[in-house]
Amino acid sequence: MVRSGTLILNVAARLLLPLQLLFSLFLLLRGHDEPGGGFIAGLVAAGGFALYLFAYGRRAMHAMLKVSPRDLVGMGLLLGVVSTLPAWWHGDPFFTAQWWTIPVIDFKASTPLIFDIGVYLVVLGSVLTAITALVKTDHEDDAREVPWSR
Amino acid sequence: MQLAVLGGFVVAGMAPLLHHWFGARTPLVMALLPAALALWLLGQWPTIAAGEVLLLEWAWVPGLEITLTFLIDGLAWLFALLITVIGALVLVYSGDYLRGHRDLPRFLVVITAFMMSMLGLVLADNLVTLFVFWELTSITSYLLIGFNHTDLSARKAALQGLIVTVGGGLALIAGFVMLAVAGDSWSLAELTTRGEALRAHALYPPLLICVLVGAFTKSAQFPFHFWLPNAMAAPTPVSAYLHSATMVKAGVYLLARLHPALGGTEVWVVTLSLVGALTMATGAFLAIRHTNIKKLLAYSTVMALGTLTMLLGIGTDGALVAFVVFLLAHSLYKGALFLVAGILDHETGTKDVTAMGGLRHTMPLTAAVALVAGLSLAGLPPLLGFLGKELMFESVLEVDAYRPLILLLAFVAAFLTLAVAAIVALRPFFGASRQTPKVPHEPPWGLLAGPALLATLSLLAGLVPGMLDDLVVATMAAIGAGEASVHLALWHGVNLPLALSLASLLLGGLVFRHWDRLRGRLARLEPIIARGPEAGYEALMRGLVRVAEWQTGMLQNGYIRNYLVMTLLVLLGLVGHALFFRHSLDFALSLDLYFHEAVAAGLMVAGAVAACVMRSRLAAVAALGIMGFSIALTFVLFSAPDLAITQLLVETLTVILLVLVLFRLPRFATLSTPQERLRDLVVATLVGGMVTLLMLSVLGGERLPRISDYMVANSQPLGHGHNIVNVILVDFRALDTLGEMFVLALAAIGVYAMLRFHAGEYDARRPAAPPERDDG
Repeated sequence: MVRSGTLILNVAARLLLPLQLLFSLFLLLRGHDEPGGGFIAGLVAAGGFALYLFAYGRRAMHAMLKVSPRDLVGMGLLLGVVSTLPAWWHGDPFFTAQWWTIPVIDFKASTPLIFDIGVYLVVLGSVLTAITALVKTDHEDDAREVPWSR
Repeated sequence: MQLAVLGGFVVAGMAPLLHHWFGARTPLVMALLPAALALWLLGQWPTIAAGEVLLLEWAWVPGLEITLTFLIDGLAWLFALLITVIGALVLVYSGDYLRGHRDLPRFLVVITAFMMSMLGLVLADNLVTLFVFWELTSITSYLLIGFNHTDLSARKAALQGLIVTVGGGLALIAGFVMLAVAGDSWSLAELTTRGEALRAHALYPPLLICVLVGAFTKSAQFPFHFWLPNAMAAPTPVSAYLHSATMVKAGVYLLARLHPALGGTEVWVVTLSLVGALTMATGAFLAIRHTNIKKLLAYSTVMALGTLTMLLGIGTDGALVAFVVFLLAHSLYKGALFLVAGILDHETGTKDVTAMGGLRHTMPLTAAVALVAGLSLAGLPPLLGFLGKELMFESVLEVDAYRPLILLLAFVAAFLTLAVAAIVALRPFFGASRQTPKVPHEPPWGLLAGPALLATLSLLAGLVPGMLDDLVVATMAAIGAGEASVHLALWHGVNLPLALSLASLLLGGLVFRHWDRLRGRLARLEPIIARGPEAGYEALMRGLVRVAEWQTGMLQNGYIRNYLVMTLLVLLGLVGHALFFRHSLDFALSLDLYFHEAVAAGLMVAGAVAACVMRSRLAAVAALGIMGFSIALTFVLFSAPDLAITQLLVETLTVILLVLVLFRLPRFATLSTPQERLRDLVVATLVGGMVTLLMLSVLGGERLPRISDYMVANSQPLGHGHNIVNVILVDFRALDTLGEMFVLALAAIGVYAMLRFHAGEYDARRPAAPPERDDG
């Protein structure tokens, strides 16, 4: 059932994925001041990949994603934990936010941003893990008889 | 120092990379870290010897009173030095012992992580920090015992060690919380000054029990001793390091550390001295049944740990001197003997002492090292072990409670230990040569250096015990003894301890001579021994499985409707109780609505009702969708754009997930009886009504100060962000979010595992199906 083979969906997914990813990055980066943030951005990106998955199948989505969704979860957790370290270095209490301004482009980098990227990756990875796990067993169901549906 | 310990974990993680660069020399490179730490510690010696306490302060989570402060006094210094010195030697040793082993990098990762955890444990000043390091040593020990993970018995032993020590850890954290409540501080430095108040506190008995269970499991005291000999499934460097020199002493360390705070009461004295003496005798007795050299040594470690516990229980100044000397002596000779055992295993290919003989001709250096360390274990002059044993006898003779019993147990332990020492240090090297699986020859220097150095130290300290005086005084100050000066000497004159030593030499020699026959006799006791505490552990584990099966069948029966009913009823009970009995209901109901708000609310209700009565699954899903989108609409109307976006996205993803599972769901039919549906209706109405009341009374009452005011006021100045929701999520409440990230990750892994598990089950039923390939 995965891989629709519908022309409209195929074209739409191909066009929408970059837009959705761009939009998710936009949401992620502006999240601190405007509506947005890592959680929402992760959901948007997951939606984009899910659409692509429906259009082209799991294998194509994996090729597009390059890394396993489960690794994304791990990386997200790592970023979340790593974002606590700069405060340590400065001798501040655990998890105190640290801010740096990158001079030329006048961009405010911070540990909350790193943390938010971690949230983004965990959300994206978790949703995709669930979806691909479901799709994977679906494939098997297609290949064999479905034992639990009567 | 804190940076060094934390950095050590990073170094541990880098071991595979280092292995890539340095190859077989990696252990030598990594040994530089503990060696450097040992040098730093030695540099602090003048301060420690002067009786000062180094307090390296580092606030970590000040809001929760958790600090990373390190406390270095005589006791911590002694332990830290043992950990770093023996750690460096063990790393060098394992380089040759595991030469060319496929998993050498993994070994280095875990053992270095263990080393740092153990250092953290003995240096930590804060109870929470100490506990974190305590648990880390349990986990790394688990990974090291199960190092040969293809071996079922190694995995079982690893799990047993983990369950026993972590089970004790649970008791310990409860004990720590009570300790902090009773002493009104999380800092060990402060708690140790509040001994009188602590001992008089009402919480003293329960907290003492909890702390003792934690310490006894870790230090393999009777009746928890059985996990330690099983842990010998680990590679020998691990046995030498974790299961004799350092980790198993963590429990003893904790007892020594808390001695000024908790010690001296009658419960303390009786429990510790009796349990310790019993452990001594049990360990020594169980040891001589074995011919496996590592098991022999492991049981004699149990005996030594019992001795240390007993000495702390006795708690007189003399006993504390004996404690420090015995601790040091044991770490030196037992480390050396384990490493020798590893050499024998490595060179001859067997661990059975009865299969070895006459090895002094082929391995003279190893034989010399074994002899020196063995003499120390036996407690013979002129080694440090002799001094330790004499002092031990001396303090046992000072005991008030149960003196004859304790003396008897100590004496039995002493002569059996002497026999063990002879079996381990004489049997393989003297007598007729025997054919061993491998042709033995002298090991490479990397294997020999460690045990040789440790044995030399034993000898040196035995010959010139005066050089330990300052160390003993500094350590005793930390354990809470009053005596100002100690003069250790090998020769104590002709007295009762010496007579006891001579008697144990005689009896021990007899046991050694007739050991082969004795073992045959002891084999007949096997059925009784098999009913010991380990059988209790097995029964407990079986019982646990049975209870788990029963409660799974009861609560986790796989019907989501039952889960929901259960969850909702608990919610109803708890919240309802709080709402009606702890607070009063007062609210003003105003129906001052705009038209579009009423429409959104109406849609929500209509969607919910429709979802319940629809006759087709797709229609029900669509109805739920209507409800979800109306909720999003409500968020928009009340200016919560973040929530609205989230709600919309979640609705969308729900549709996607539903599409994926739709085809495998069973036929959409009414499966429940009218009674069940009535029950569900009642539960649903009650929960719905209660939540409505709750919301109304929360909004109407204004009993509590609103936290959102703080968030709104501080979002920009403190969090540098205008989006309050985001600032709360990633800054103010980042720790909560981090926890939620882990929950989400676990949920994803759970979904993945569940679906994979189903597939595996499916395959198991049909062996013909090709095995699953994981390309996800």
